[in-house]
Amino acid sequence: MAEVAGRMTGRRLPRTLHPIAWWIWALGLAAAVTRTTNPLLLLLVVSVLGLVVVSRRGDAPWARAWRYYLLLALVVVAIRVVFRVVFGGDVTTVGEHTLLRLPHVPLPHWAAGVQIGGPVTAEELLSALYDGMLLATLLCCVGAANVLANPKRALRILPRALYELGAAVVVAISIAPQLVESVQRARRAQRLRGNDATGFRALRVVAVPVLEDALDRSLMLAAAMDARGYGRRADASPLARRVTASCLLCGASGLCLGAYGLLATAGPRWVELIAFGVGTLACATGMVVGGRRVRRSTYRPDPWRWPEWGVTGCGLVPAAVLMFGSSAGLNPSTVPLVWPTLPLWPALAILAAAAAAVLAPPPARPLASPAVSPPVEQQPVVESPVKVSP
Amino acid sequence: MIEFEGVTVTYPGASEPVLRHVDLSLPEGELVLVVGRTGAGKSTLLGAVNGSVPHFTGGRLRGRVSVAGRDTRTHPPRELADVVGMVGQDPLAGFVTDFVEEELAYGMEQLGVPADVMRRRVEETLDLLGIADLRDRPLRTLSGGQQQRVAIGAVLAAHPAVLVLDEPTSALDPTAAEEVLANITRLVHDLGTTVLLAEHRLERVVQYADRLVEVLPDGSVRDGSPVDLMADAAVAPPVVSLGRLAGWTPLPLSVRDARRMAEPLRRRLPEVPPDGSRSAASRADRAKVGQGIPLLSAQRIVVRHGAVVAVRGVTLDLRAGEVAAIMGRNGAGKSSLLWAMQGQGPRQGGIVRVAGQDPARLAPSQARRLVGLVPQDPSDLLYLETVAAECAQGDSDALEAVTRRRRKASGSPLPTGTTRRLLDRFAPGVPDEAHPHDLSEGQRLALALAVQLAPEPRVVLLDEPTRGLDYPAKAALVEVVRSLAADGRSVLVATHDVEFAAAAADRVVVLAAGEVVADGPTAEVVTSSPAFAPQTAKILAPLPYLTVDQVACGLAVGAAS
Repeated sequence: MAEVAGRMTGRRLPRTLHPIAWWIWALGLAAAVTRTTNPLLLLLVVSVLGLVVVSRRGDAPWARAWRYYLLLALVVVAIRVVFRVVFGGDVTTVGEHTLLRLPHVPLPHWAAGVQIGGPVTAEELLSALYDGMLLATLLCCVGAANVLANPKRALRILPRALYELGAAVVVAISIAPQLVESVQRARRAQRLRGNDATGFRALRVVAVPVLEDALDRSLMLAAAMDARGYGRRADASPLARRVTASCLLCGASGLCLGAYGLLATAGPRWVELIAFGVGTLACATGMVVGGRRVRRSTYRPDPWRWPEWGVTGCGLVPAAVLMFGSSAGLNPSTVPLVWPTLPLWPALAILAAAAAAVLAPPPARPLASPAVSPPVEQQPVVESPVKVSP
Repeated sequence: MIEFEGVTVTYPGASEPVLRHVDLSLPEGELVLVVGRTGAGKSTLLGAVNGSVPHFTGGRLRGRVSVAGRDTRTHPPRELADVVGMVGQDPLAGFVTDFVEEELAYGMEQLGVPADVMRRRVEETLDLLGIADLRDRPLRTLSGGQQQRVAIGAVLAAHPAVLVLDEPTSALDPTAAEEVLANITRLVHDLGTTVLLAEHRLERVVQYADRLVEVLPDGSVRDGSPVDLMADAAVAPPVVSLGRLAGWTPLPLSVRDARRMAEPLRRRLPEVPPDGSRSAASRADRAKVGQGIPLLSAQRIVVRHGAVVAVRGVTLDLRAGEVAAIMGRNGAGKSSLLWAMQGQGPRQGGIVRVAGQDPARLAPSQARRLVGLVPQDPSDLLYLETVAAECAQGDSDALEAVTRRRRKASGSPLPTGTTRRLLDRFAPGVPDEAHPHDLSEGQRLALALAVQLAPEPRVVLLDEPTRGLDYPAKAALVEVVRSLAADGRSVLVATHDVEFAAAAADRVVVLAAGEVVADGPTAEVVTSSPAFAPQTAKILAPLPYLTVDQVACGLAVGAAS
């Protein structure tokens, strides 16, 4: 396997994979994750994500965020467990293996169903841990997609009908770091004035220059985008606009309904599939009709070749196996306490997703990332340091 | 190409129009320079060309503006994007994407240019502006000059017939400005692009202009050949001022022309500028350099930002009664050094001593009593709604600083109204009820300076104060700086503006890559380097005259003897 990978990276040219492929891959794993609370499977998913991220991420700022997602995941688990310990759980999971007893806080009768403190059982703790791990793993899936795919490139290939929405998000993404920068600048400047106060005064002192600055900047950006042709369009008839809007609305509702049904295991399967299909169709129609009014082209569009198919496919394998396969061993019981086992087929399906680490081409890295400003400009000609002799 | 017919622009809430009955007809392939005092309406004139005035700014435009046969009344800026390319003052504020290549392609994507054509044009533009080696770089890591060139390339890639530039070199060091201007003139000559350009520092561009448009204070406009208009324009570069003084006809616009006419003038002038002229290179000033009591002593200062060393072991003494200028290209470490000396900026090594104390170890309110710094963007200091409120706040901030120290000593503390008095001294007639944001650049700078000077620091640091100032405002700033020095303070100015440094500074320190490469009297340092020499010095070399004032004084002395 390793040898094959080596030969393939040698032969294949580095390039960035289509961002949609990464998203489908990660969302496929996420869909699989929603089906299980088995900690072994969840840990397996996180390891697969980690492996692929480490071997196929670039070195852009967003690509360095993986560790923060992991950290956030740990925080989610911790919060879930602490909450369950403090506020107790629902009565059904309360078991017999009591670990410790917290002082019980008596609550008035209208707060029925909520309890603070009381006995903490191993069953309760374990079920909180499983729940927390499920959420944390979902978070890691989304995080991995964000780390692997350039968020701005992903937005660029939004359907043309949603182009304005994408542009707004792009602008918001670019404004955020600028805002941080101008807060730092204003704080520094105010210290020059002797203002090192904190609290309300500091807020006012910093907020006014920062907000003025942000407003000016966004106006300038808007003017620049306008002057460069943003929002040019062929005239759209009112009918076309109404068709677009209604199609998109119906489609989105259909998609939501279908997705909820598919993931929530409630209700008959065929209704959900139909809702899903109709939603997709309506959305597609809306996009096509709406896209017709926007006339723009894409510079160096990301190609969709066999690595994209491969990554997408191996992401969908676990989703399919865990959703439509047998559910044995996916949700280990906590009452009574049972040691979770590793079900064979789901585990193999999740491992299949790790093939993305080999199927995806190595990421393109800039040849050299020079320091802040390389000496392109000419040195001023000064023969020798002129020193003043007093 | 561009037609203005009876154009009058009035902004909402304004009683007077900004532009009044403008009739202009600008043919294809010309480099047109728009001049006028700050706030005269240059930006409005430029904005009217692509329709962002009034479509984007609001206000009322009477008359007709048409570009390449398209009326801006019916064509908003986005529908003119294929004809007019617009580059603003701050290139970073206009960037939509993150990387150089994507930014170049953005405009073409909006116009729907096919992908293969787009690819080819991006390559051509990279070569045309000499930025091919920057193609993969994030825009934020570029230097000011590089950003400006990318911004120009980004609009050029869409092949507009008209290029509109609003002060493209105002934030650039002399060398970077020359590169940008060289690129612009090349566009005019090679591609026949019509360029409309507004600029404060006329000494950089006036010789390249084919036509001059002057916006007069009442909003009317006159246009003509640069030589005719420069004879009595309200703003004039030193070479023109010198030509007017010496009575040269035709008026020279470039150093080359002026130098050929300067032979008789050089003979009439005394060998050395007379002492009477209160300016940099006179003998008295030269003797004074290094004579005053050191007020601030900085030794082996080191400032690092992450892996980048901004200041590399700089040693500098600032003396009473001395104006020093720090020069050097963008990113040479000028600002970092100023902030480190004030004590609020990072400093990883070295010693700063002001009156026996290290300002970095004091509370901010105490440090500002020793060293006052006006940052690059003075509006960062201001946060209240009116000038009067800012002045009152300035007094009470200063009071806090002073009383903390003199609490035990008797005597009345700082008299109220100190800030207002300082403001009136620097910029008389600023209305109390005005919003600081609405003031002109010069007035805002004066207000920030007044606030910083209220607690009477003896060392004053100014970071890039001439940005956005026209010649009269700059002359006023020279007076302010000299009077501060005359009070016995020490003033240090970080600046790109060679003409300002020549007029204001006794001493010039040149920084390159965080190290001092030259430090000495202004006349010696600036004349030894073509990049930093003022126009007067280039014209009159080998005579050591730096400013037109000195020449006037020299002529008076020469006539008397």
